[in-house]
Amino acid sequence: MSYIPHTADDRRTMLETLGLSTVKDLFTDIPEAYRYPELKIPDGLSEMDVKEKLSSLARKNHASEEGLWFLGGGLYRHFIPSVVDAVLSRGEFFSAYTPYQPEVSQGTLQAVFEFQTMVAELYGMDVVNASHYDGAASMAEAALMARRCKPGRNTIYLDEGIHPEYKEVLQTYLTGTDALLKEGPPGEDAACFITAYPGFTGEIKDLKSLGNRTHEAGALFIVHADPLACGILESPGACGADIVTGEGQPLGIPMSFGGPTLGLFATTKALIRKMPGRVVGQTMDASGRAGCVLTFSAREQHIRREKATSNICSNQGLLALAAAVYMAALGKQGIRETAQLIYNKGVYAASVLGSLEGFKVKTEGPFFREFVLTCPRPAREIADELQKKGIFPGLALDRFDGFPENDLLVCVTEMNSKDDIDSLAAALGEVSR
Amino acid sequence: MIQNKVSSLWELSSPGRRAVLVPSSDVPPADLPLSLRRTVAADLPEISELDLIRHYTRLSTLNYSIDTRFYPLGSCTMKYNPRLNEQTARFAGFASSHPYAPEDKIQGNLELMFRLQEGLGELSGFDSVSLQPAAGAQGELAGVLMIKKYHASRGDTGRTRFLIPDSAHGTNPASVAMAGFTALELPSDDRGNIDLAQLKKLCDQSIAGIMITNPNTLGLFEEQILEVIRTVHACGGLVYGDGANLNAIMGVVKPGELGFDVMHFNLHKTFSTPHGGGGPGAGPVGASKILRDFLPGPVAAENSEGPGFTLLQPKESIGRLKTFYGNYGVLVRAYTYLLSQGGNGLRDVSENAVLGANYLMTLVKDILPPWYDRSCMHEFVTSGDNLPGGVHTMDLAKRLIDYGFHPPTVYFPLIVPEALMIEPTETESLEILDAFAKVLREIVRESREDPQLLHEAPHTELVSRLDEVLAVRKPILKSVISTG
Repeated sequence: MSYIPHTADDRRTMLETLGLSTVKDLFTDIPEAYRYPELKIPDGLSEMDVKEKLSSLARKNHASEEGLWFLGGGLYRHFIPSVVDAVLSRGEFFSAYTPYQPEVSQGTLQAVFEFQTMVAELYGMDVVNASHYDGAASMAEAALMARRCKPGRNTIYLDEGIHPEYKEVLQTYLTGTDALLKEGPPGEDAACFITAYPGFTGEIKDLKSLGNRTHEAGALFIVHADPLACGILESPGACGADIVTGEGQPLGIPMSFGGPTLGLFATTKALIRKMPGRVVGQTMDASGRAGCVLTFSAREQHIRREKATSNICSNQGLLALAAAVYMAALGKQGIRETAQLIYNKGVYAASVLGSLEGFKVKTEGPFFREFVLTCPRPAREIADELQKKGIFPGLALDRFDGFPENDLLVCVTEMNSKDDIDSLAAALGEVSR
Repeated sequence: MIQNKVSSLWELSSPGRRAVLVPSSDVPPADLPLSLRRTVAADLPEISELDLIRHYTRLSTLNYSIDTRFYPLGSCTMKYNPRLNEQTARFAGFASSHPYAPEDKIQGNLELMFRLQEGLGELSGFDSVSLQPAAGAQGELAGVLMIKKYHASRGDTGRTRFLIPDSAHGTNPASVAMAGFTALELPSDDRGNIDLAQLKKLCDQSIAGIMITNPNTLGLFEEQILEVIRTVHACGGLVYGDGANLNAIMGVVKPGELGFDVMHFNLHKTFSTPHGGGGPGAGPVGASKILRDFLPGPVAAENSEGPGFTLLQPKESIGRLKTFYGNYGVLVRAYTYLLSQGGNGLRDVSENAVLGANYLMTLVKDILPPWYDRSCMHEFVTSGDNLPGGVHTMDLAKRLIDYGFHPPTVYFPLIVPEALMIEPTETESLEILDAFAKVLREIVRESREDPQLLHEAPHTELVSRLDEVLAVRKPILKSVISTG
């Protein structure tokens, strides 16, 4: 099918205006030997055929809506209120571009401005930008920013409990620098110390003491914080964070096989000029009417080019909008209640699964949404057996280097009922025998 | 009542008002230790569902978009976003699938990725494709890191500089710098091509590569592209293609066959996925044989041990740039488009995009002459340098808003004074191109007769030109929340 409006007559009119007989004459700057190559791509299909083809591919996947779902590990199944997709589906939002002309983009600009405000509330920070690609890219950009803030300090220290894939992304982003990546408490050469809140396996650390130790070492304190968890947890800002990054997917964004998701990035007033990415600010027109613009663009690559704070250009505007609608829909009470509900369900699941014969909850202390369950035999075997029955008990952690093969990362959200959790317990009890 | 301002979410709030009710807990309540608990609640809005819908609907009416009108923003390829793409991306099998589900439960996703990789490879003439980068600029970083690793793998460590034409997108020098190279600016010649004599002078053992947008940001196909590529290869450098302008040449020439070593695709431009007010995009990279092992991973592959598909990390991969497997939802939209267009359809897209741009350029040639007098590709660059009445390109751009059009790209590329870059795309009809040309003509007339009208434009919007200096000097980056 075609989305081109031109009829044969239209094309003739255009070619006549140009004084040409064929459209091929417009391509003569291309070396002739390479022009109009053979193209082994089949002809286009009708809308009906395309839909059928895509639908048959989609059916080859297992959607999380079917069966018992306890699989997380960095990407989560949460409830998405109907209003989120209703707003996102408005063409005026999804078919717009980066708001370079503010007078005709106040919709996107105000939505992002309010997004920044809500994330700033959850994180307890001064400044939030208009979004990075994903949580890992945010964390990597935060590490690069720390090096700009702390010249001469070349090491990025990571707390234990950083998602293994995040570490890989950090490593890739640091390839172009002479920075080192180390795990452990920050030393004298530390540009920053990065911790996750909660950690990859769900544990909630005491941020305040980590922050104090980091600042004593003269480094920036970077917290990768789950925005939904911040509905009940003390905000990273109140614990002394200099930069907060996060993955915004839990805020109303579908899993979509891992992307697109939403990188969150927040910092303090003092560091704003070192911050990468787009930020929306409020200002006035000549008649004193308030309006929003993209601001602090002097840090960006379209002005500073090779001296820019980052190469980030297109961002995740539509997903920032999704997160904004989600946060506004849940509101002050709803975000706290949802976080509390997730916390309750996690504690209940741990108590039920941990009391099964042969199983043990490995996570010590409080956790949010996920915990490690040590199984009586390899977790992958157990998961494989249950998945055949449509039960997804969690993530076998031996997927990543350095994790014991009996450890299963169980994820419990507000979407899991008590019955689901009890059924999982029964199923685990059976396969462990 | 005529609203002359939009209330903030907090102005619509009232304590205790709700849109979404959270289900009551079917498990016992659990106590979070007091030391971890939030001391002050996050002050999110408290608003009803209807007010929330009204708020965002109102905001949407203040947005210019492809769905509302013509959006000739050069270098951004604002073509129509088919609704079919939106529907397929929302199929539960795609939208509700998890990247860590076992391989036999995600075969549809892996097959789609594999077929899209194949299609992009065939279209561009590249041996292998990785779908991992989340945006064009991340694709650039990937490609430059691949070139860095390639040289390193051969022990060729003295190559510290990267050539960037002076007409390049700003992300190009920024990406090169992020990868640890020094950007070296390359001048353009008097036909808007890379200056070959200067290139020959700059090419030596210190050059890691060159980054070229072709067609370039002046809307021109590099006339000596083969010689440019030969020259860079001869000094041991590699050639990166910024694929931002692929919409002009699909099915007409394959960059891989011209000798490009690596290139990114902007799926949100060329493959009709929505720009979403700034994103998300997707920036897959294609690579020639010598670079394919360095691609970011994982990539989808046919299973060697039986039917079906699997994920592989290329042998010498630069690593991951993103969690999971790229912006998958965008990939579904792009694959939908690929299937609906097919090979011939994609060629039609490019031919009509180029035809439309040349037609529009010809209609306004006498008032806004192209900066280089050649036939253009899918966009053309003109200049407001000679506008009468002290009128600048920005004034003309803002006046277009009054006539219901989105301004073209202004002040880019940097090498053209008062630049105005126009890209109509293939999805705009002849009638719209005619109407736009007519309005440009009208505005140029106004600039002669009433320049003040242009200086103060736009006149029709909720706000007029906003004070950007004030925004920086007195930053207001979040709403003032007045708690009632």
